Amino acid sequence: MTGALTVRNGLAAQPALATVARYGIWVAVAALFVMLPQVFRSGTALTMMSLMGISIVFALSYNILLGQTGLLSFGHAVYFGLGAYFAVHGMNAAIAGGLPLPVPAIPFVGGLGGLAFAIAFGWVSTKHSGTAFAMISLGLAELVGSSALILRSFFGGEEGVTTDRTRLLRLFGVGFGQQIEVYYLIAAWCLVCMFLMYRFTRTPLGRMCNAVRDNAERAQFVGYNPQVVRFLAFCVSGFFAGVAGGLAAIHFEIANSAYFSAAQSGNVLLATFIGGSGYFFGPVIGAALVSYLQVMLSDITEIWQLYFGLLFIAMVMFAPQGIAGLLMMHRPLWHGRGLPKVAATYAIVLPPALIMLTGVALVIEMSYRLAVKAAEGPRMSFFTVPLAADHPLAWLSAGVLTIGGYVLFRLTWPIITAAWADAALRKGQVR
Amino acid sequence: MTAPALELCNVRKAFGTTEIIRGVSLSVTACERHAVIGPNGAGKSTLFNLISGRMKPDAGSIALKGSDITAMSPWLINRRGLSRSFQVTNIFHRMSVWENVRAGVLWSAGERYAFWRDAGSAREVGARTDRILVDFGLIDRRDAPAGILTYADQRALEIAITVAGGADVILLDEPTAGMSRAETDRAVALIRRISEGRTLMIVEHDMSVVFGLADRISVLVYGEIVASGAPAEIRNNPKVREAYLGEEAH
Repeated sequence: MTGALTVRNGLAAQPALATVARYGIWVAVAALFVMLPQVFRSGTALTMMSLMGISIVFALSYNILLGQTGLLSFGHAVYFGLGAYFAVHGMNAAIAGGLPLPVPAIPFVGGLGGLAFAIAFGWVSTKHSGTAFAMISLGLAELVGSSALILRSFFGGEEGVTTDRTRLLRLFGVGFGQQIEVYYLIAAWCLVCMFLMYRFTRTPLGRMCNAVRDNAERAQFVGYNPQVVRFLAFCVSGFFAGVAGGLAAIHFEIANSAYFSAAQSGNVLLATFIGGSGYFFGPVIGAALVSYLQVMLSDITEIWQLYFGLLFIAMVMFAPQGIAGLLMMHRPLWHGRGLPKVAATYAIVLPPALIMLTGVALVIEMSYRLAVKAAEGPRMSFFTVPLAADHPLAWLSAGVLTIGGYVLFRLTWPIITAAWADAALRKGQVR
Repeated sequence: MTAPALELCNVRKAFGTTEIIRGVSLSVTACERHAVIGPNGAGKSTLFNLISGRMKPDAGSIALKGSDITAMSPWLINRRGLSRSFQVTNIFHRMSVWENVRAGVLWSAGERYAFWRDAGSAREVGARTDRILVDFGLIDRRDAPAGILTYADQRALEIAITVAGGADVILLDEPTAGMSRAETDRAVALIRRISEGRTLMIVEHDMSVVFGLADRISVLVYGEIVASGAPAEIRNNPKVREAYLGEEAH
């Protein structure tokens, strides 16, 4: 369901408007990518935005499987990692042989690497769907992950394979010595890949991916072999994952076995799911958010992965459609002017929710301090507030924050439900 | 003389030790409306599953328009011009009504597995999809996800997907199951219209539908065809009355 960007036939009567609606969004995204470094100038910000660009391509490629074809893969990092290795070897070969291969073309090399292995592994794994497919993907990830440590000539063992992007052929005097140049390269590839993957959802194959996802059996009776549909989707997905790996190789100038890690495969699943696999733009939001959280949370707390996990569990339980689903839920309100009213109720419920979350975080941090970091003593600071983790008062305040926040949250929540009911009534579409 | 649209020759199918289809031979001529009736558990749906490739027969042969399709994959049979609907609604739930019908159109319009061009670029695909939706009275629901349609609309969509590809042999498995009288009448009118100039094979429990629609009727009892002929013959066949019509007086 990529309805968000769908241009309906109603607009076809005004071709100019349809064209604007179709391409305007891409021009806007391009403008955003160009402007971002003007606003966020720091080196950290540039690095983070580069990582976001890579994750967006990777997560969108993953969603071709998960959201569009209904294939749950636990080993998508394989194609990302192999793309990175092919890119690094491609760069090194170009340097050694003096080949006229500029850096901007390297992600394509990564994409071809991802595609080649997607063809090989996909041939086996897409004969199945559901649990069998998921298990095979897990097995293949283990296989490639352990090969990376054994086949040293290609994978470089523990330390991996390094490269130097500045020694490749220069185009227009751009040497890719500076992060800003790398950022723009990643942004350009990200934009092109986003556009291509969006267009893919509109093609006959892309549509039949949805059909196979919804009902593989019925697809057989309208002339399609679901195995072929799954295989082709897998190849397209592998290509773009390889491109993302190639971009990462350019960014880090190294490819190592960490690219294949289960954490890498897990992260792309989390990002896609948190963003919302049912919408094309869901993984874009998810990838950007997860990249941001990974960098920012790890600065604040050592156990950021725990919070990350809690966020994932919360999304699965309360918003299985992801952030994109939550956003799209508000679309009907857009026309009825119901949005400001509903948004105002969110502002009322937000403080209690934050109080509750602060309490929960305090409990977690103090427990962590006492249980895992006992050797460092009970003195710690929580959001710059110094406290002693073994003091009853600290636990008391954590309890008050958690329980008080929860009670206030439950008391204020009906305001939101009431506002929604009101908005639905106004639109006359009570279900 | 042209080959029959469908020709089954001594088809057999067993599940475990239980033989469900016990040597069925049947010939359906082109542009005929052929109904298959029989008591519950007679093997009517299994027969459809064998013809459409959902199951492989243990023995016997099935020919579509003179060419052998025995044990062929469903998609290959579909591409040769045979399309079927299902007794239990079998649609693409999360896709819109329009996308559902277009999924039925795509292959026959030559779009195949194309991933290099927009599915909307071929105008006749969209036009044909629209035409079918109008025909089936679903055009107002075109953007609704198929999963939220009413039961009757989902049944209509089921048939719409089936005929969307323009197949010339259509198999409908209990198209009016669970419908009200009014809905059934509408469905019958629709089936009559869409089977114009095509070969139709239909499994149906509702005798008024069967006798109103069919040119020929075959009676399947415990995996065997006990009678086959025009509606009047079937109505007066003592064997049929005993085995079937007597039990379920409609």
